Amino acid sequence: MGMRRVAVVGAGMTRFVRRSLETGRELCWEAASKALESCELTIDQIDAVVAGTAPDAFDGVHMKSEWFSDGAGAWGKPFMRGYVGGGTGVFAPAQGWYHVASGLFDTCLVVCEEKMSPTQPHPQAAFNSIFDNFTERALGPNLLWIFALEMNAYMTRYGIKKEDIAQVAVKNKRNAADHPASLLGDRNITVQDILNSEVMAWPVQRLDVSPITDGAVAVVLAAEPVARRLTNKPVWVEGVGWALDTSYWTNRDLAYPTYVEEAARMAYKMAGITEPRKQINIAEPYDPFDYKELHHLEGLMLFPKGGAPQATSDGITQRTGDLPVCPSGGLLGVGNPIAAAGLMKIAELFWQLRGEAGARQVPGDPRRGVAQAWGDLMQVGTVVVMGK
Amino acid sequence: MRMKHLVYPTQGLHEDDFKQGKVLTETWHVKAEYAWDTGVAIGRYLAELKNGRLVGRKCLKCNRVLVPPRMFCELCFRPTDEWAPVQDTGTIKTFSLCYVRWDMVRLKEPEIPIVLDLDGASRGIGIMHKLGEADPKSVRIGMRVQAVWKPADEREGSINDIRYFKPI
Repeated sequence: MGMRRVAVVGAGMTRFVRRSLETGRELCWEAASKALESCELTIDQIDAVVAGTAPDAFDGVHMKSEWFSDGAGAWGKPFMRGYVGGGTGVFAPAQGWYHVASGLFDTCLVVCEEKMSPTQPHPQAAFNSIFDNFTERALGPNLLWIFALEMNAYMTRYGIKKEDIAQVAVKNKRNAADHPASLLGDRNITVQDILNSEVMAWPVQRLDVSPITDGAVAVVLAAEPVARRLTNKPVWVEGVGWALDTSYWTNRDLAYPTYVEEAARMAYKMAGITEPRKQINIAEPYDPFDYKELHHLEGLMLFPKGGAPQATSDGITQRTGDLPVCPSGGLLGVGNPIAAAGLMKIAELFWQLRGEAGARQVPGDPRRGVAQAWGDLMQVGTVVVMGK
Repeated sequence: MRMKHLVYPTQGLHEDDFKQGKVLTETWHVKAEYAWDTGVAIGRYLAELKNGRLVGRKCLKCNRVLVPPRMFCELCFRPTDEWAPVQDTGTIKTFSLCYVRWDMVRLKEPEIPIVLDLDGASRGIGIMHKLGEADPKSVRIGMRVQAVWKPADEREGSINDIRYFKPI
């Protein structure tokens, strides 16, 4: 394609918390400055900035990416925000990638921020207007409905039990106990704890869902010559992909995420991946609900349709398993500041592939990882493949 | 150069900070009114709901009957061809039993959102609505349901002209 190779050379993040004292601007600055510090660059050496953040309504500030842009280091620089709801955190680095791969810029700082907590009494209020104004909103929908409807369709299609799905929440919350930024790490949590949590919208229970979280994450992207000057351990962005399904969400196959498969095919083709299960060593799929990790692993073609629950039971997706999934702890464990949570997955692959993930480090010298996020009206898939 | 792994220790506020009113809260009373255009397809859909009927649009190329109706087929990317009446009976594709309101206040009796395929629409062309007159324990995917309409003089051209669907 005539594109330049692009590497991730630095990453930084804030701790994910239930409600941060810091403003969105301050969170962005903390994450961005840590990312720059990690690769010993200064803001003057950054050519362009990409920001990612989900609905403006959470903060009660319209155009909030421009509002926090000073904190993201964008003063006086080319700046862009792409918005695909929950898919934003993996879409933003894809945008940063084409800024640099195209030859337009040598370096790009990607900053994703989310404060979900300002909306009172609950950020669900900010979500009701995603439904169609005539045919759905008048029914007084609750955002949880669409996930519960999807989870039930998935369970019913493949005969999956709640116990099988709860294992995902247990794995991720236990993994998160090793993450210095996590909100919900818990080494001792059990499947029974998940099954005993209150029912919100059956089959969704309290501990099947990631909680309201605030936080920010930043990564630094650099063109190959710059990356090689900065580090002897660049982590390459090998492929990017994104795809939309129909916005008539009730018309879709709710038991299979076609939008992920299409995005993954685009990213895999770019990365030269023909057998994902053999060629990918770590996966960080989007897991705001435990069933979504399973759904998305199947969409990423890492397991056959309906096969991800069994792989989880067999321990394949444990950090020490054959295909570690969400070794970070994911959204269920680290937390879910929506756009920041997606970029956290990119930062995790960066640290894992460099062997710098500390107590979370996946054994066996992993060489390639895939990160994925999902959002809008359940219709967008965003995928990034990274390798060393 | 040496690389570092850096996490900033963000300060989390405690639940008590909220209870004790230590958090700045601002409420706006926003007057936001929207003059929504229904569009051609949804305009007819709503008008027919007022008449106690459900309608879709048919695309003769992919041979699908689309509900809610639209004037173009998103698959074929061409105009849809004709109006197609659909029945007010159908089959539940998936459902939930929802015990919380949008603001997380708990409900004693669950709301039961469903996605259903209407008879006469193409398979897989589901719409969202709610189930009523049903024991939550007995709801099943594949259950047959029928619309419960408001009396004609109470209908106003809204999806709520169907109060809910009930098992048949």
